[in-house]
Formats: sequence, C-alpha cells, structure tokens
Amino acid sequence: MSISKEFIKGIWKENPIFVLVLGMCPTLAVTTNVENGIGMGLAATFVLLCSNIVVSLVRSIVPDRVRIPTYIVIIASFVTVVDLVMSGYFRELHHSLGLFIPLIVVNCIILGRAEAFASKNSVFLSIFDALGMGAGFTFALVLLGSIRELFGNGTILGYPIFGGGYEPVLVMILPPGAFLTLGLLTGLFSVFEKRKR
Amino acid sequence: MKEIAKLLVVLTGVCVVAGLILSFVNEATTDARAYQDRLEMLNALNMVLPEHDNEPDKDIMDVSGVSYYVSRVKGSINGIAFITSTEKGYGGLIKIIVGVKPCGEIIGIGILQQKETPGLGAKIEGARFRDQYKGKTLAGVKWSVKKDGGDFDQISGATISPRAVTAAVKDGLEKFSVNKAKILGGTDVNQ
Repeated sequence: MSISKEFIKGIWKENPIFVLVLGMCPTLAVTTNVENGIGMGLAATFVLLCSNIVVSLVRSIVPDRVRIPTYIVIIASFVTVVDLVMSGYFRELHHSLGLFIPLIVVNCIILGRAEAFASKNSVFLSIFDALGMGAGFTFALVLLGSIRELFGNGTILGYPIFGGGYEPVLVMILPPGAFLTLGLLTGLFSVFEKRKR
Repeated sequence: MKEIAKLLVVLTGVCVVAGLILSFVNEATTDARAYQDRLEMLNALNMVLPEHDNEPDKDIMDVSGVSYYVSRVKGSINGIAFITSTEKGYGGLIKIIVGVKPCGEIIGIGILQQKETPGLGAKIEGARFRDQYKGKTLAGVKWSVKKDGGDFDQISGATISPRAVTAAVKDGLEKFSVNKAKILGGTDVNQ
C-alpha cells in the first residue's frame, strides 16, 4: 500500500467524474465557469477530507447497522460548517454556488468514499484517498468549467481570451453544454485508458 | 437488547457532538455573516442612491408593508429606495431595488436577484438595460416593453425578463406614489 498510489488513483485511474461517474449533479450544474469549478471542488474536497478522517477514526466504535446514518450526520455537519464559513467570508462565491453547497451532503463521492474506503482503512491512508479524490473532482470541474467558459463566454476566469469579435456559443453555458462537454470528456478519458492497456 | 442500547448510545453521541460543533461554528460566524449582509445591502443602496451622508440601510420607514430606505444630505431627504419583486421572470423570482427622488423620478435601478437565462434574459443586469429607467416617472411614460406598445427596450431573444422588470418597477412606483405623503410627511423636501 503506497501513499502516492492512493493519491494518484483519484486523479486518473478512478477519477470520480470521468471514471466512477459519481456526483454528476453539481458537476453539470455549477461548471458554467472556472471560478465556480474551483470553489465547488475545494468545498467538496474539504468536506471529503474531514469526513474521511472522522469516519476512519470512529470506524471501530460505530456498529455496522447504524453506520450510514452516522456517516450522513458527520458529512452534513461538515457541509454546514462550509456553508456558514463561506456565507461569512466568501459571499460572492456563496451566491454563485447557491443551493449546491448544502447539496454536497448528498454528493455520492463523499458517502461513497466513506463507505468504500475510510470505513475500512487507516486514518493516514484515508487522508490521501480524500485528497486524491478531491483533486480528481476539482480537476474535472475546472476542466469542464474552462471549456464551457471559454466557448460560452469567451473568457477564462473572467479574462477575455478571444478578441472582441468573438461571438459566444451560448449553448455551452446552458445545461445542454454541460452534458455535451461531460460526454466528450468522459469519452476521451476512456479512449486514453484503453490505449494504455 | 444490549445491541440496541449500543446503537442508541453511538447515534446519540454522534448527534450531540455534531450539534455542539455546529452551534459553535454558527456562533463564531454570526458577526461575519451579519457584516456581509450589511455590505450587500449597502452596495445595492449605493447603486441607486449615489448621494447621501446618512446610513440609508438604517434609516428605514415601513409603510403599508414596504420598507423605504431613506437617503439624506444634511438631514433633508434627497432620495428613497425600495425593493420590488416579481415572480414573472423566465426563471421565476426577480428582485429589483429602485431609487427615486422625492418627486418620484427614478435615479436608478439595480437587480438584486434573478435566475434568467445567462446571455439572454440575464442581460437585465447590464447597465445598458438598467439605464433606460433613469429619469423616468410614473406619469407620462408607457410602462411596458416596445413589443407591447410601451417605452422600454426589450432584449433580443428575451422579452419575458424585461417585461417582468418593467411591470415590477411600475408596481413599486405606484406603491411609492400612494405612500409618498407618509414617507415625506413632516420633513422638508429637498426638491
């Protein structure tokens, strides 16, 4: 068991978005621009890291039959912490992510890692699993956000990339653009994976 | 029985700890959140009440269910802001702040909340759309979009959002003209 293996797998081999296909709802909804992608990615990574640590710590004292409610309480508490802190210190981001912050509670990636990894592994490994999965999630959101913001708005992080004459492809920042981009990227990812084998 | 007791103890314990942590975080961020709320309100008010030496977010008059934020220079009223809203936007609720001079002429409008289509209806947030309301009064202006025979430009590809905004601003102005006497009553009008 190596640390780097647990970390890297989240970014590439078991990327939560492109390979595990988990947490689709926030992925499709908030990636209209890069900034939202970074904000959502970091918020989810923070929750994932905290919940993985705590779930791993309590794994020997929580009876099997109540493990899911316990995980949900743990996850929901950290999400509420993120929600309160963001509302107090990052108001703009809080507005643009809106409802999707409380919805991190039901993000399958977080409960999924608690159940599949943190409840069976040491705190140390769980930390790297969370960081890897979080990085993979953030990477995927930023990639989607970049493509959609670039073509849908002509900017990256608000800076114009194309000249003034560029007519934005509006559909890219509308819901269909999210599905199109996600579909193409997921396809590309599996092509790369097949080549490697 | 023993197992059930254990389940109870663990779940209760987890919830108690979670509750304690959350009440602590809630307490610790209360000031920061209140500050952000005030900052947001002040930014919105500054957008539509550019000149004032008082604190319009604390100088509030509630008349028939509407809060009027009063802007003053050396004590005399030079503007009033109010929030008006509509459910008739393409994406539902649109909240608009309107600043008017005491005579009822619009100083400016700002969009506080909207869920219109990005790139289309959401252009109601842009200065180009909002500025056409400047200087307008309730009387002498046809309060609808040009497509409906009024005086306000719609946005190409999105008529619903401008229509909703125009109707909401008109509604706010009508309420203001009814409540005007009560708001301005007794104070000298700087107009």
